Amino acid sequence: MPVAATSNFPIQQNRATLRKTVVACGALLSALLLAILVTSLVGSERLPSGGALCALVSLGTNQCGLTSDQFDILFQIRLPRILLAAAVGGSLATAGASYQALLRNPLAEPYLLGISNGAAVGTMLALVFFGRLEWSRPLMAFAGALLATFAVYRLARGKVGASPERLILAGVIVTTLLSSVIVFVTTLMDATRIRSFTFWLLGDLSGASRGLLPLALAITITGAIALTFNARSLNLLMLGERDAFDLGVEVGRIRIIVFVVASLLVGSSVAASGSVGYVGLVVPHLARLSLGSDNRISIPSAALGGALFVIVADTIARTVIAPRELPVGAITALIGAPLFIYLLKRS
Amino acid sequence: MLEARDLTIQYGDRKAVDTASLLLRPGIVTALIGPNGAGKSTLLRSLNGQIRPAAGKILLNDEPLEKFTRRSIAKQIAVVAQEAELRFPVSVLEFVLGGRFVWASSSGWGWESERDIEVAETVLKETDLSELSGRLMSELSGGERQRAVLARALATEAEFLLLDEPTANLDMSHQATLLSLVKQRCDERRAAALVVTHDINLASQFADVVVLMKAGQAVKTGNSAEVLTPELLLEVFQVNVLVDAHPVSGVPRVTPVHETFRHF
Repeated sequence: MPVAATSNFPIQQNRATLRKTVVACGALLSALLLAILVTSLVGSERLPSGGALCALVSLGTNQCGLTSDQFDILFQIRLPRILLAAAVGGSLATAGASYQALLRNPLAEPYLLGISNGAAVGTMLALVFFGRLEWSRPLMAFAGALLATFAVYRLARGKVGASPERLILAGVIVTTLLSSVIVFVTTLMDATRIRSFTFWLLGDLSGASRGLLPLALAITITGAIALTFNARSLNLLMLGERDAFDLGVEVGRIRIIVFVVASLLVGSSVAASGSVGYVGLVVPHLARLSLGSDNRISIPSAALGGALFVIVADTIARTVIAPRELPVGAITALIGAPLFIYLLKRS
Repeated sequence: MLEARDLTIQYGDRKAVDTASLLLRPGIVTALIGPNGAGKSTLLRSLNGQIRPAAGKILLNDEPLEKFTRRSIAKQIAVVAQEAELRFPVSVLEFVLGGRFVWASSSGWGWESERDIEVAETVLKETDLSELSGRLMSELSGGERQRAVLARALATEAEFLLLDEPTANLDMSHQATLLSLVKQRCDERRAAALVVTHDINLASQFADVVVLMKAGQAVKTGNSAEVLTPELLLEVFQVNVLVDAHPVSGVPRVTPVHETFRHF
């Protein structure tokens, strides 16, 4: 009998291997670099393709015949925004994939669990109280995300463990509670900031704070690597905490690592761009569907795929009704919500 | 050797296990029997450190269990329990390779070695699952899944096997196959097994040592002929039983004699 012939997951072989991981990640990385190049050329301001590509490939050392305005648009506005989209997407998808493994729930997602809202409250408090200190925002966002994570985890954990429904319910409670805090803090702001603030809450890269870009990129890359390095433990945790314990996983330690690293990922992305929803749901799902459930392959693939996904979504958001822009969160939710309904019906 | 010495385990005020002692020796299959709520599973769960005792000691090869790391305990003690519900698609091979986690050079990154694959293939063959190795766990029948859980435990190559009602949900032939595999592991590799079961006749047939538990205490330990007596079983289970010799193997055979049968 041919193995895997009856599998629902056509591309999934018997098991994940290093070779399969390298091939998948290599392909996704190439697609990501290509997407960065292509989307840099797209926007309300037309840039000459040849010159722009030449300048990008030279990493900005050669102006390649672009005017200095065009050069600035490319390197000061467009590229930073694309890179931030990559950082945000990579962070959220990685966080989603690891929450799903740890909580044994394909529906776990930073936005739906209220963790993004926790980070948003942290960011807002930083804005209100330490407005001038840019670095206070990711720090407070991290603290907010971590607190929200613990709250959801405690609420969801019944006597018989966290059922999928209970987890989502706990997420709803934390989300609504934090939303009321957000509304309260919003009333403390002056009226002119409220519109941009509402956009930010929905997930918006247009007001991207460029100062946070290096930090966001660094956290995304180190976070994704850190979680990938715990992928084997997460594989066993996906089978249940008791099984994982029996098989030699230090369950408590892994839980803390995932909570802290994922909160850093969510915190830095929310501080930079607000709560972009559903990335952590859509991307890991697609990664598992096409590559299998092994976290050694699905976490790094989700990181790269998430970056790709948000770059494309943000390009749509900033071009579809140009010169006006949509918040990128609106695009990701439009794609993510139907998938969520499908997954909920199936579980 | 894996030894529980005067172990007491408490859930709040209730003593689930009350100064119970147990010794698992290489090559020996030990069956743990007793009524519901006697503390059998709790005792089993404490042996690999999942439940902490309130008093008493657990010794793994004469060293206190607390001295070992989680990984090193898992390398020496494997557990077969009722499998938890799977929410992600995992192939049978991937599932069984989970047992090789303790052999990885680190707890994080890293891939299965040639030897890991070899061991997995061997245990898949032993448990008659080779043909299904590419299937998803969710596509297997209850019996096949339970065999996969045993295969994963065997793949750890642990010296001690703790089986918590491994034959529940299995039909007669699969019950015997599963326990034969456990016995074979004990005979050939000098492993030691503890089997919690409600099936007294299965215990009688496969176990070298039978431990009878009642209300948290190990009331009797010995071979099946010593433990499976009508008097002891009446005392512990409050059921009259008839004990005779199994016509083929000669081991004690226990038949409950319920009040309603008296009319015949």
